[in-house]
Amino acid sequence: MSTVLIIFCVLAAITLSTAFLTIFSRNPIHSAIYLVICFFSIAGHYLLLNAEFLAIVHVIVYSGAIMILFLFTIMLMNLNEQDEVHKPRFTRLGAIVSFCLVCLVLIKIFIDSKPIVEYDYTGEDYQSIKVLGKVLLNEYMVPFEFASILLLVAMIGAVLLSKKEKLEK
Amino acid sequence: MESAFIIEKSVVIVAVFALTMLMAMYSTWAERKVAAWLQDRIGPNRAGPWGLFQPLADGLKLFSKEEFEPNTPNKFLFVVGPAIAMSTALMTSAVIPWGDKLHLFGRDIILQATDIDVALLYVFGVISLGVYGIMIGGWASNNKFSLLGAIRAASQMVSYEVAMGLSVIALLMMTGTLSLREISAQQAGMNWNVFYQPLSFLIFLICAFAETNRTPFDLAECESELIGGYHTEYSSMKMGFYLFAEYANMFISSTILAVLFFGGYNYPGMAWAVENWGVNIANVIGMMALFIKLCGFIFLYMWVRWTIPRFRYDQLMHLGWRILIPLSIVNIMITGIVLLRSEIAAYLGF
Repeated sequence: MSTVLIIFCVLAAITLSTAFLTIFSRNPIHSAIYLVICFFSIAGHYLLLNAEFLAIVHVIVYSGAIMILFLFTIMLMNLNEQDEVHKPRFTRLGAIVSFCLVCLVLIKIFIDSKPIVEYDYTGEDYQSIKVLGKVLLNEYMVPFEFASILLLVAMIGAVLLSKKEKLEK
Repeated sequence: MESAFIIEKSVVIVAVFALTMLMAMYSTWAERKVAAWLQDRIGPNRAGPWGLFQPLADGLKLFSKEEFEPNTPNKFLFVVGPAIAMSTALMTSAVIPWGDKLHLFGRDIILQATDIDVALLYVFGVISLGVYGIMIGGWASNNKFSLLGAIRAASQMVSYEVAMGLSVIALLMMTGTLSLREISAQQAGMNWNVFYQPLSFLIFLICAFAETNRTPFDLAECESELIGGYHTEYSSMKMGFYLFAEYANMFISSTILAVLFFGGYNYPGMAWAVENWGVNIANVIGMMALFIKLCGFIFLYMWVRWTIPRFRYDQLMHLGWRILIPLSIVNIMITGIVLLRSEIAAYLGF
């Protein structure tokens, strides 16, 4: 077994176990912390694929920003087992249906994906910021701009929601 | 070859680690001396000459104190908090170029633990992880004042990270690289970035103060409102870790300021020194130049701490979101216009 394969197996074990622990742990804060570890191990997978930029951005965006806001909200809400909300049956049905739909998408992805048989080094530069920036702003210009507009709209929406609440008081 | 490389890197890493620890230790001493000087006192002068052994005495005290643990259901996270704070404070130094290179034993030794393509992003990533140490520690203390302090610190750090990132974008548009080594090399011969990007430097400096939770942004440990902030329940060396992490962060952010804006290891006449005195001597002087620059920034941190009072919380948020972020966006636009001035002039038909 090569070193890369051993590292991959360890990382995959961490990813899967922390992902399951995220779902199964009773304490929401523990769930969030397990999810952070899960994101870290995914960044490790990116590093194994020699995608430094993607790994670092993944850490900054997911672990550094999104999960911190998650933790924030959970800490402020102070969730505990006593006041756990029991969802109505309709919502549960909706959850099951959407889970099945996600499963369909995942099955399709698994069928279509090509497994990485071996990590080998081709010497081609596909991940440095210079190459990525050129590709993003030339070939994928339109989807890139669409994504940024989507983010901007989401941001404005969030600001609007918090403003509205203030006005009603 | 391979083993020599590993030994070389290990030596560099251990040296950087030792330097960070030593600087963090002696920053506590320097802080007291600077405070005493600014307030017309003498400061610590009992342990050793000029109180130089004071940090050792402090460390001994922290180690030998009773390790109090609050009644919390999260004993593990309570220990993990300071550990994360300390390790993130020490991780950043991996990408900092301390000098160009030394020529020893017939090989070029690069004075940097690792030169990655995305060094600056790595620094930002590690900084954003530092928040976890504070949040997890504050939450696991099972104390509302700790939690409030932690939430304050975290929201402050998250807010200022945005402005910090935006201020660096203007710099990156000029340098065209994220590698700190290349950024240092580009500034050779007094081409320091601070002369080209003064606004970016100012915003970065303010954000660095906020990120390290130093006065005037130390609302996280606002004694009059929050007892001791997120480390209220901590004692002994766990508390020491949090304090130590703050000083280590201060040292690292000073170094990054020096590398990004004040030329790093460059000094006037470095090219001449390389030619006439050899690579080794020129680079030893370079390391000393970087050291002097970063000591200047550490002194600035202390000077500000004992001069400016703390902000109110709404003032802090106002400064971060309504002043620094628009300013850095304006800075990005100005930089873009200046960089593309010939294209714009050609387009307009001048």
